[in-house]
Amino acid sequence: MRRFILRRLGQTLLVLLVMSFVIYGLIGLMPGDPLDVMIASNPGASPEVVARLRVIYGLDQPLMLRYAHWLLAALQGDLGFSRTHSQPVLVVLAPALWTTCKLMLISFVVSVILALGLGIVSALRPGGWLDSLISLAAFAGISVPVFWLALMMILVFAVELHWLPASGRETVGDGSLLDVVRHLIMPVATLALANTGGFTRFVRASMIETLRMDHIRTARAKGNGEGRVVLIHALRNAMIPVLTVMALSFGTLFSGALLTETMFAQPGMGKMIYDAILSNDFNLALVGLLFATLITLLSNLAADLAYAWLDPRIKL
Amino acid sequence: MQDQAIGVWRLRWRRLRGHRGGMVSLLVLGLLVLFVLAAFPLQAITGIDPDATDLFARFDPPSATHLLGMDEAGRDVLLRLMIGGQISLLVGLLATLLGGVIGVTVGVIAGYFGGRLDGALMRFTDGMIALPLLPLLIVLGAVDLTKLGFSSEFAHSGAAGFWRIVVIISLVDWTSIARLVRAATLQIRERDYVRAARAAGASAFYMMRTHILPNIATPIIVSFTLTVGRVILAESVLSFLGFGVVPPTPSWGNMLNNAQELVTTAPALAVYPGLLIFITVIAVNFLGDGLQHAFDPRSDRKD
Repeated sequence: MRRFILRRLGQTLLVLLVMSFVIYGLIGLMPGDPLDVMIASNPGASPEVVARLRVIYGLDQPLMLRYAHWLLAALQGDLGFSRTHSQPVLVVLAPALWTTCKLMLISFVVSVILALGLGIVSALRPGGWLDSLISLAAFAGISVPVFWLALMMILVFAVELHWLPASGRETVGDGSLLDVVRHLIMPVATLALANTGGFTRFVRASMIETLRMDHIRTARAKGNGEGRVVLIHALRNAMIPVLTVMALSFGTLFSGALLTETMFAQPGMGKMIYDAILSNDFNLALVGLLFATLITLLSNLAADLAYAWLDPRIKL
Repeated sequence: MQDQAIGVWRLRWRRLRGHRGGMVSLLVLGLLVLFVLAAFPLQAITGIDPDATDLFARFDPPSATHLLGMDEAGRDVLLRLMIGGQISLLVGLLATLLGGVIGVTVGVIAGYFGGRLDGALMRFTDGMIALPLLPLLIVLGAVDLTKLGFSSEFAHSGAAGFWRIVVIISLVDWTSIARLVRAATLQIRERDYVRAARAAGASAFYMMRTHILPNIATPIIVSFTLTVGRVILAESVLSFLGFGVVPPTPSWGNMLNNAQELVTTAPALAVYPGLLIFITVIAVNFLGDGLQHAFDPRSDRKD
């Protein structure tokens, strides 16, 4: 168990290292470079000055060398300075990280609960009208563009009905719990709905498969009530494959969070990375992307541990 | 069914016809293709230029010449929806094909050779699946093509925007096909006829082409179908965020570029493109479901 966790943490670090190099390289390929930004604020700079600045900031060095410098500094805890926020990257990222984790976790829990309910109901009578209806809804959930779903929510609930605020984290000057919750409803609903469809289909398929197994027949033969058979005997077994799928969905969940945050102007990691890329804030984009990767990898690890806990046959 | 022998594809077609969702989605997709192709006759008859802006006609309501009215720059909405649809569908198909080639190649090689190579390729694939792909796609979409050595003229052309999005989506969305193909290849690899061919000295390439690929064609087709849906979604998201197909070339995604402001001023403009994406993707997904049903020999039994 401990060896497994250590090995996985090692792999996680390796993936992060590779990702950091890839993203570092890609960001260097984005339009403009840090000097353009400096020159823009000082148009009078002569070519000689620019060339000297280039040397001072090390921008004339080959990519590998610059990356090595960045990595060395990063390992010592210096992740650089965000240009647009005029603050160290970590100071900018920490609150955003919290916002995103909150959004992702709540949505994840909501969609898992919804998917379990709908998937089980579907699996009880496959082919029935309720199953068809739920399948249709699940397909709709998989197929809807997340950003458009967000738009339609804004259109209906904010613009037409005036029930919910369209954007932001809280009303300026209010910030009570109720106010914060009201601001969270639409982002959470959007992100949760986008995930529920896929989850529901997996729960349904897995439950149908499990309900056909011999141990279920045995459980029924012993005289267990149907509710107990489904919820205790079948669900636990059915959850094992479902969990893998859910575990691998954290990457998708983050992508969804990026869109949701952008659409509803939530100050989270996704929106921050997007804005950073748009405004050439290289350090922030780089570190933000690495953090997003880290969150995804760690949640996958957590899911693997839950997997072993659910299925005693699996030894880590 | 009768005793008469029928070909496997006839049988599959028959099963697909019995799948209501699959047939409805085939019909819907057919109508969508007709809709986007209608741009050619419409343009020829009315002579409307889809890219011509007219700031005096902004948000004009539907009229006899402009059936769905004008957008925020005074362009014909209907025509742009049709042409944007051509672009979105084409990106969907091309990126799926390109990503499919990558995925099938990786999957077959991993499954056929096994061992270390398999381990390395699959670890790489799993790593890709776990990554948050949208931010990665955005970074790829933001790459300045001139820094890769393309001429500035090409880098800012519409064609570059189109091909760039095809390439970057296919670079990212090949993983599910690769895993599927690998699993299917593993099953076929140990069949007796494959071993016999191997013992007779057939080369690896010959084996893959003649014995493996034809036998795993059906899961590949289903997977391709589902990938088309995902790719169309990815294209719309990237174009919407401004990193995909760039205006004036329309796509269903970039027609929603200004949608956040439009929601209050001209909600219809925010509804149409998204609704078309939604309908297309849901039809594609249902078709995939139908194909899966049709290709599965067990699907005749009731469940």
